[in-house]
Amino acid sequence: MRHNRLSRAILAGLLMTTMAACGDGGAQGTAAPPAGAGVEGVDDGSKLTLWTRAPLESQAKALVEAYNATHKNQVELTIVPNDDYVAKVGAAAGSGDLPDLFAADIVYVPNWTKSGLFHDLTESIGQLSYADEINQGHVRAGTYEGRKYVLPFVLDLSVIFWNKALYREAGLDPEKGPATLDEFKEHALAVQKLGRTDVHGTYFGGNCGGCNVFTWFPMIWASGAEVMADDGGKSLLDGAAAQKVYRTWRDLRAAGAIAPGAKDETGATWVAAFQEGKVGVMPYPATLLQTAAKTVDVGVTAIPGASAGTGSTFVGGDGIGISKDSELTQQAWNFLSWLTSEAAQVEVLAKNDSSVARTDLVDNRYAVEDPRVVTINKTAAAPQSRTPVAVNFQQAFNAPGSPWVTLLRNQVYGDASSLATDNEALTSVLAQ
Amino acid sequence: MTTSLTGTEERRAPAVHREVVRKRRGPRLTGWAYAAPTALFVLIFFVVPTVLVARMSVSDWNLFAGDRGYNAPENFTAAVQNRLFWPAVGFTVKYTLVTTVILLVLALGLALLVQESSRWSGFLRTAFLVPSALGLASASLLFYALYSPQSSPLGFLGISFLGTPAGALWSTVVLIVWRFAGFYMLLLLVGLQGISGDVYEAARLDGATRWQTFRYVTLPLLRSSLALCTILCVTGSMLAFDQFYLLTKGGPDNSTITIVQLVYNLAFQGANDLGRAAALSILILGALLVVNLVQFRGLRGREN
Repeated sequence: MRHNRLSRAILAGLLMTTMAACGDGGAQGTAAPPAGAGVEGVDDGSKLTLWTRAPLESQAKALVEAYNATHKNQVELTIVPNDDYVAKVGAAAGSGDLPDLFAADIVYVPNWTKSGLFHDLTESIGQLSYADEINQGHVRAGTYEGRKYVLPFVLDLSVIFWNKALYREAGLDPEKGPATLDEFKEHALAVQKLGRTDVHGTYFGGNCGGCNVFTWFPMIWASGAEVMADDGGKSLLDGAAAQKVYRTWRDLRAAGAIAPGAKDETGATWVAAFQEGKVGVMPYPATLLQTAAKTVDVGVTAIPGASAGTGSTFVGGDGIGISKDSELTQQAWNFLSWLTSEAAQVEVLAKNDSSVARTDLVDNRYAVEDPRVVTINKTAAAPQSRTPVAVNFQQAFNAPGSPWVTLLRNQVYGDASSLATDNEALTSVLAQ
Repeated sequence: MTTSLTGTEERRAPAVHREVVRKRRGPRLTGWAYAAPTALFVLIFFVVPTVLVARMSVSDWNLFAGDRGYNAPENFTAAVQNRLFWPAVGFTVKYTLVTTVILLVLALGLALLVQESSRWSGFLRTAFLVPSALGLASASLLFYALYSPQSSPLGFLGISFLGTPAGALWSTVVLIVWRFAGFYMLLLLVGLQGISGDVYEAARLDGATRWQTFRYVTLPLLRSSLALCTILCVTGSMLAFDQFYLLTKGGPDNSTITIVQLVYNLAFQGANDLGRAAALSILILGALLVVNLVQFRGLRGREN
């Protein structure tokens, strides 16, 4: 029964160790340089492997199917549950068993490039005629010591979603979302005032670091402030703009305008209540527009800051690179070259209502059919939008019980005067 | 027919004799042969991994970067100085005490309830045992749905099951009790049914009350079963992981982080430091050895 757990854990350790021992040689030395075969790489019927995490399953499947249908190379896709992804990549990296291509949550990319998990793609990317149009947030996150390792795979942007039906009911303009933080609060309170037991003003992941990195950082950026300094070595999350964000949520909590369960929400179900039509307005992942639109009449706008402006978004999602263990680098580059081409960006991603990763394709023929998608694409390229870069990002922000989770819970639910101490704890993890 | 039967018996006799002789000649060898499969398993699945974890614990070993050389005792000091180490130890001990006491008392009560054959005992035994057939992870998910305000049918109670440190602890304890009470009941039931009816009859003849019978007959004779349950329960609780990983992720505010969860966090959730995680695993292994040794000692002392 339960007492087997330790031996199982030890067994896992054993496996990793033996694999690490076998993988010491590494294959990087023998593989051909990805840029050697020109801008398109090699399409010779090779079998390529690709790993990604479950939240991007639908986009990854669409991309791989389209690639396999039009190329001799065949990509075999493996989807890994979100929470297991880092562990799986870590074990494979130690044993030299990484797939040819693998995607990574863009906030973990700096750590992984530093650990040398990817092939250098600087020359290959340089050969692309549209290199400068590729989403710079992702490219920057994938740059280590001046070398580029990663391209955008799927963009996931945070935007404000509001429920038009509830806005109408609450006497708000259903076509106009919040343009400032204060308006966001007003709108949420107005929906709350409907007094319906199953409907609330807003919702958030009160015990989820990743959710609030994704949704609160843009509020700070849109207010003209930054969240970190010293290349991600120092936290600025005690600044005036950040405090305004915390105050907004604390007020909403005090007014009872946040749907129940927010305090315990670890992120597993933070998007569910809106899709059930139970939430008026909240920051939300743009990739779920199609899903949410099935059940709710959704309005979309950029995440606002303290004062009205263009708004901001967290340019999240996954970057993709060729692994250090791949021996089919030129074939793998063929996939990446295609991935950033118009054929993939417009005819696969945009066609499925996903955001494109190239600024020159923002107004593509699918996007213009739905003004909400144009809004999302334009926000991605807005000057206040960012992909934050920090080597210790996961430990500082995303991990359960991270110092960021402590900070935000104190700000919304606990003793708000602990901000300076909490922020120092955050900096001490970032600076490690 | 008769002749042939006799013939077979005559022929078999010397063969049996030979076997006895062989057994006498190599009893040690045969013994080793019997033990070999288990020994092999213990070697492959326990000794070798332990040695490797021990090596990891004295090395600078990152999840992605691999082994970067000897650095003892840095991993151990870093693991103990981790801001969550002492809270995790404290919580694990508290959780172990709470679950062990509740589980054993309840399991004993259930076992006493269903030991007599009555019309309902078969039904009751099955009902108590059914949760044990469910995997702990599935049971945790089931309870997550039960506790989550978004899906809970218990919303009318107005309780935040996982939102406060005490709520999260007791909600998890309820899950564990539900999941394991039947299993420990079964173990104690076997012990109870091993007690001969004669002793009870003697106690009755001596005019013992119900409580006296329980206190001076049942409990002492059930000692070895109770000891087995305690050891299983304490060990299992000290290594608790799945239920907290699924239900609380250590929250709220890091109030339900167990020591094994800390190992997992160090290895895979941010720090990505296998060396420190291994150091912590070695410390847990040591603590478990001590606890089990003390329990065995106490048990043997009382029996003598």
